[in-house]
Amino acid sequence: MVQTEGLSRQASLLNNKFVSTAIRYLLMILVAFVFFGVILLISGKNPLQAFKDIFSSTLGSAYGFSEVLVAMTPILITALAVALPSKIMMINVGAEGQLFIGAAFATWGALTFPNLPGWILIPLMMLLGFLGGAVWAFIPAYLKSIGLVNETISSLLLNSVAPNIIGFLIYGFWYSPMDVNKTANFVAAARLPTFFGTRISLGFFIGLVLLAIFWAVMKYTRWGLEIRAIGGNAQASRRNGIPLKAYMILVFCIGGGIAGLAGMVQASGFYGTLITNFSMGWGFMGFLISWLAGGDPIGILLMSFVVSVILSGGNLLQITQGVPYAVINILLAFTLFVVLAKPTFFKRSKA
Amino acid sequence: MTRSATNTQQPLLSLQGITKSFPGVRANDAIDLDIFRSEVHALLGENGAGKSTLMKILYGFYHADSGKIFREGQLVQIQSPADARNLQIGMVFQEFNLIPAFTVSENIALFLPDLKAVLHPREIDAKVKEISDRYELHVDPHALVSRLCIGEQQKVEIIKLLLSNSRVLILDEPTRVLAPHEVKALFGVLSKLRQDGYAIILITHKLNEVLECADRITVLRKGRVAGSLLRKDASEGKLIELMFEKSLAKLKTKKRALVQKSAQVFLHLDHASTKGEGTSVALKDICLDVFPGEIVGVAGVSGNGQRELGDLVLGMERCTGGKKYLLGRDATRWSIGKIREQGLAFIPENPLQMAVTPWMPVIENMALTRTRHYAKWGGLGMNWRKLADETRESFARFGFSVPSFYSPARSLSGGNLQRMTIAREMAFDPRFILASYLTSGLDVQSTLAARQALIDARAKGTGILLISEDLEELFSLSDRIVVMYEGQIVGSFKPEETNVYQVGFLMTGSKVEHGAN
Repeated sequence: MVQTEGLSRQASLLNNKFVSTAIRYLLMILVAFVFFGVILLISGKNPLQAFKDIFSSTLGSAYGFSEVLVAMTPILITALAVALPSKIMMINVGAEGQLFIGAAFATWGALTFPNLPGWILIPLMMLLGFLGGAVWAFIPAYLKSIGLVNETISSLLLNSVAPNIIGFLIYGFWYSPMDVNKTANFVAAARLPTFFGTRISLGFFIGLVLLAIFWAVMKYTRWGLEIRAIGGNAQASRRNGIPLKAYMILVFCIGGGIAGLAGMVQASGFYGTLITNFSMGWGFMGFLISWLAGGDPIGILLMSFVVSVILSGGNLLQITQGVPYAVINILLAFTLFVVLAKPTFFKRSKA
Repeated sequence: MTRSATNTQQPLLSLQGITKSFPGVRANDAIDLDIFRSEVHALLGENGAGKSTLMKILYGFYHADSGKIFREGQLVQIQSPADARNLQIGMVFQEFNLIPAFTVSENIALFLPDLKAVLHPREIDAKVKEISDRYELHVDPHALVSRLCIGEQQKVEIIKLLLSNSRVLILDEPTRVLAPHEVKALFGVLSKLRQDGYAIILITHKLNEVLECADRITVLRKGRVAGSLLRKDASEGKLIELMFEKSLAKLKTKKRALVQKSAQVFLHLDHASTKGEGTSVALKDICLDVFPGEIVGVAGVSGNGQRELGDLVLGMERCTGGKKYLLGRDATRWSIGKIREQGLAFIPENPLQMAVTPWMPVIENMALTRTRHYAKWGGLGMNWRKLADETRESFARFGFSVPSFYSPARSLSGGNLQRMTIAREMAFDPRFILASYLTSGLDVQSTLAARQALIDARAKGTGILLISEDLEELFSLSDRIVVMYEGQIVGSFKPEETNVYQVGFLMTGSKVEHGAN
């Protein structure tokens, strides 16, 4: 059945939409936790205690909460890197690779200009990080635009190339005698400032600003309008004179650039150096979050927060409950399952 | 007008008080409708009168807000098309639901309610053959559907319904896509089906068809039943009276603007060719001029390269040979955006697919062809007020009623969508209009308005390329008619130098001497 309700009153839509989206996601996550509880119960653990551990370790203390935000930083940004191209129906599975290349470009800046002051060096590194990701994304975007290769496949395949390039650079070009699998530490000027005496870096706020920009561009600007038009009907948009190829390349590259920025943020804000295989699947996690949220900015914020709670809570569960860390993947999988099942699941109860 | 048709027989289907609202419109308002066995029941009405909505409710595609459906006196619930099929109700949509890569019998087999796990192709072929012989629905069961013409595909759809034991057949504007002789054949099939006790519901807005084949006629107007009468009580005048509240204005055919051949030609195609990729037709060696202030009509049976010709002019199809000139400049490689900037309006044959983004609100769709014009602060915002004003003005200019700006485009009926496209494309005074099937899906009133718009534009010196299958339209509007067949221009005439038969012959590929260019 075609759902056409709810589009009539525009004015009151915004508030309602925010609240209803939030409630819906929270309900879904609750269901995921119930499923997860059953699994814990079967394996002889106390699910209530486990949940208590997860939440008290993450949301119960200022330190725990700050660690959630630290974990949230890269996946929030990579989720945006996937969400933007998804608006024109391009599937960017390559955020992981773009993140690596972005980090490498930023590292080059940090290692080449160690004497620059921070207020120049940091923006330069951000620019380089963005550029790196964009360059990496340009390959699938261009191949797609000339009708040669599907961007999903090529961006995915490039993911396994990127870490090898990083490895090559670290072991060769940026070889640091004191370190085995990483470059020399960045100078202080090349590190993103951290706040409140925690590990929350400027990167988190960069993520929030990007999210706000993403939302505003999609909603208010001419480009957002054209992007939405392409996403809804590419053929008609082309006939309407919207330059489809240019959008395909540009939007995909900007997406890649954002993922590259995530790499820069992690190298500069989290590690302060470039390590081989430093990404803990952030690109893929961002992909997951973006699709869970349906590319919706509020959804991205909520889902990346929830996933971060689960990820950082999982660390503790390993200690207190003696379950392997992999168990947390079960919870993530349940979340995914429930969210993807939402169309039939929650709409019927509404009607 | 009260319902004059009375019948002592119990209706097979009875719809009572069906009401359905969409955001901003009440598509059906307390509609009563009785369907009898062995009758062709025509559902007549303007675009947006609620015909399709009512039938989609009956077929379980939409849910009515209120109202009841009875089958042989018993209340039934139709929640889905599957329910409808269980009640032996079948529907042929305007867009067919066939799988092009499958053969005819495979497509039919997929639809059978009692399809076995192991297929018996021969059995199915036999069934298909039996039905097609009885009702003269001849199609080769082994042919791929992608090879069939539209008329044959429609036959397949009908066979599908008959084999799945449907007793009520709903046909949504079945003649829209058919050539005249195919329409005749379809009506023949319908009358045979009627003899065998089938109930047929025919959705249409063509009066002559209704009078030709219907037994009972229900006229809808603005979501309500305007009247229901038997064929013997109906006349053209009476039906028109029911369909429209006011009488129709006549087309003001002003004196034709003199084409100044000395004026700069707007469009000049010089032996242009395209490569037909996928399902598209390859254009071969097209030479065509459109001068300011003339209407060039393109006649042809659909699928002979008209869509590709439009796309070639627009810049959607790449020119693989020859040249394209706009205003004397070589535009062979120009982007669509640049071509549109020259003042080209494009009214495509299928607006939902080719002109709008269906889920976006009407008002946003209105901006899409000229986003730059409506942008403010260099694109950081959109000037919605200006857009709304200009949109309202444009609708008013054609006397079209303004749809709700915030409904998604896909919730508009076909006719309203076409009106929206016309209003959008003509909002600025275009220098060139490329119109494909301008009046398809439009009711009589809007058809007049759209044609009048073309004539007015011509008077202002606009060049117009009008692609159509409606020869009457082409002959009454065009200053020149070219005929397309299999991607080539096979004839070019002044309307007064030729006649419908000559053009008709050329359209179907018969060899007749070419007229003067």
